[in-house]
Amino acid sequence: MIGVYRAGNSLLHRTPAGAKLLALLVFTTLLLIFRSPTTMGVGLIVVVLAYALAAYTPVVMLQQIWPMKWIVILLFPFQWWIAGWEAAVVVVGTLVLAVAAAGLVSLTTRTTDLLAVIEWAIQPLRYVRVDPERVALLLTLTIRVVPVINDLVHDVRDARRARGMERSVRAYVTPVVIRTVGYAERLGDALVARGVDD
Amino acid sequence: MSAQSPLQSPPVAPPGSKRFLGARDLALVAAFAALIAVLGLPGTIYAFGSSVPITLQTLGVMLAGSILGWKRGALAVIVFLVLVAAGLPLLAGGRGGLAVFAGASVGYLIGWVLGAAVIGLLVQARLPRYSIWWTGLANVVGGIGVVYLIGVPVLVFKLGTGLAALASAAWFLPGDVVKVVIATFVAAGVHRAYPQMLAPLRNRRP
Repeated sequence: MIGVYRAGNSLLHRTPAGAKLLALLVFTTLLLIFRSPTTMGVGLIVVVLAYALAAYTPVVMLQQIWPMKWIVILLFPFQWWIAGWEAAVVVVGTLVLAVAAAGLVSLTTRTTDLLAVIEWAIQPLRYVRVDPERVALLLTLTIRVVPVINDLVHDVRDARRARGMERSVRAYVTPVVIRTVGYAERLGDALVARGVDD
Repeated sequence: MSAQSPLQSPPVAPPGSKRFLGARDLALVAAFAALIAVLGLPGTIYAFGSSVPITLQTLGVMLAGSILGWKRGALAVIVFLVLVAAGLPLLAGGRGGLAVFAGASVGYLIGWVLGAAVIGLLVQARLPRYSIWWTGLANVVGGIGVVYLIGVPVLVFKLGTGLAALASAAWFLPGDVVKVVIATFVAAGVHRAYPQMLAPLRNRRP
């Protein structure tokens, strides 16, 4: 499965995932605390510099915020009209800058590295009897299962087409879910056989 | 160690009773997390600048709650969201990464977790009696009520206006009602096929 990550060798790519996540948290929190057009201006400079630091062109940054184009186009004039230009800049700016910054972290960090941070972060859950290794197994297992379920869905879709029931949603979802549960049972048996419960 | 009589039927461990997550629970949670991901792939329709897309993904959330129960159902949604956050483009429209959680629709994603839990709790509360009407009600309360209860205020906060948020909620409502109906009937079919799937809330052990 291809993630959002884009390979590279920039300073940002080499920074540890945990540090980038912490920086993202600080950045978005500051945006929420200091809600002024000045903050947005500084934030924009920071984000643009960060993208440059990752050796990305502004086009890459635009791609990250492109899915929000309609929100920006509709929301900005509306906010301006309701609450003035300062409020419009703050509301739209907070949203766009947070998405751009978060997108940059995902662009420069491998999925496996982010999962490793998550596994590290859930270590304290040991004390409430949650086994972090089991959670890690669950996450990697799911990544493997997604293509299996995808194939299964395609099988059901083909069967439905063969029977001329393309329009029936129930003829689609019911067999998909029954087969998913059946697959999970076999997978569970395989895990038990490999001693996961021992 | 007690020797087991060969005539005794093999012990079927009630789900989740032995430890936090048995191997079979693990497999079910992984399969349903994957199902939620795959349901986001076909026929995505966007509304409001793709900030909140209409997909079958919420159907997956409802199914996880009504079929797996509150604990495993909510966990399946959490696993799905963690993989999205880690950068896999599994959210409808091939979206993924941390940007999704910085966007305006993040409240709906958090609402999915609690929604699945509430659906599961309600369905399990009435077991071993299983009624299709009760499951439908559980899906309305958890799959629509709880999800909107968290999603809409967050959207209002992020967009700074209640109007757009209400408009988007109204836009999604018809689709969500249809999904409740589908989830309810499909869950009933699965419970008929696998009656052992769900344990009542209080584990009554002999």
